[in-house]
Amino acid sequence: MNSPNHSLSRWFRSGGEPAESNAQEKGTAAPRGTRRSIGFGEFMRSLQADLKAAGEQRLSILDLGSTSPANISFFTEMGLRVSTEDVLRACKDPDYMLRQEDGSEQFDSQKFLAENLAYSEGQFDAVLCWDVADYLPEALVKPLVERIRFVLKPHGTLLAFFHDKDPGPNSALYRYHITQTDTLEIEPKGSVKLQRIFNNRHVESLFADFASRKFFLGRDNYREVIVVR
Amino acid sequence: MWKPRPEDNQPMSSNQPSASPTVAAAPTPNLTTAPKEAPKMSHQAADRADVGHIGKSVVIRGELTGNEDLYLDGEIEGNINLRDHKLVIGPNGKIKASITARDIVLHGRVEGNVSATERVELKKACTLVGDVSTQRIVIEDGAYFKGSIDIKESKDSRSEARKPIAMAAASAGSSTGMSSSTTYNASSGSQGSFIEPK
Repeated sequence: MNSPNHSLSRWFRSGGEPAESNAQEKGTAAPRGTRRSIGFGEFMRSLQADLKAAGEQRLSILDLGSTSPANISFFTEMGLRVSTEDVLRACKDPDYMLRQEDGSEQFDSQKFLAENLAYSEGQFDAVLCWDVADYLPEALVKPLVERIRFVLKPHGTLLAFFHDKDPGPNSALYRYHITQTDTLEIEPKGSVKLQRIFNNRHVESLFADFASRKFFLGRDNYREVIVVR
Repeated sequence: MWKPRPEDNQPMSSNQPSASPTVAAAPTPNLTTAPKEAPKMSHQAADRADVGHIGKSVVIRGELTGNEDLYLDGEIEGNINLRDHKLVIGPNGKIKASITARDIVLHGRVEGNVSATERVELKKACTLVGDVSTQRIVIEDGAYFKGSIDIKESKDSRSEARKPIAMAAASAGSSTGMSSSTTYNASSGSQGSFIEPK
């Protein structure tokens, strides 16, 4: 039987290239696992309460993870309008790197936000951030959270995951597919350098402008956070 | 045991498609052992006759309208309107246009809003940057999509679709209400391991 560590080490051995592209080239499917998520369960309960209150009005949700047919199907069947934007993929565009005078490169968050996440104020009732923040360029983290706050309605809900411990030089990146109201299917997407570890204080500081933050601590070195605008 | 004759595998004459519809239409009983692909291929060939083709070397700027199904593998900039027909964007297709059709199947790259009266299919390796409005959507794993999806549906089907979700929520059990301050919930035993191999 494959242990989680064994599964992860297989992805690490695949080198620096995203496993997603490797798998596609070889025509092999990445192995998937499941995870029960209390944070997502809480997120869904909040969303369903909003749905009841909304009546015939259609709610909108924004998914910042990789395009997931399962997620789109899940929410459209609920009658939601779904928007999806793969933020991490967009970040990889070299056009967003600014060369400094000293030769170093810095991420141009202004340009990124001018071309991405261009939604109107209060457009979304909920946002799924998954663990995107752990992999973002440093310069983009705070502006992105501000943008999310801008596009969320008052009392809108955000779900984010954060690593609790550094898993090493390369961290397995996952795609999250919703299977039930409290269960996620996780698909390894490749091994990517984790940019940072947010501790609780960092997370609180990051979402300081929001009305509330609720933490769920897992046994698997992940924290799930529900944030309400 | 029946064996295919050598001439069965030979290509047809130049004015017939290689996937011949005659195989499925032949009346002899032996044809029941013909390759399974034959009916499908004959169907495709019949379809092909009714479908307009725009090849990969074609570049069009402006408005494209039509009253027939269309396979589009070239570059288009502008608007595409095939209101009651099917549009297939081939793998080489690069479209910067608003698209309106009955059914839309994407293999290539599209930047623009897509509106289908019936169905949109995003095939693997396709890219769609734009909003989708349709009754039904099929997205294959590997497709890249950036935009919003609005499913047009009747009020009845919408309320039906919500039912299973509402039931699942009721059975999931209650939890503490959202507080106005930070709350920490240690899920000691209830939250499973991050990876549970199937």
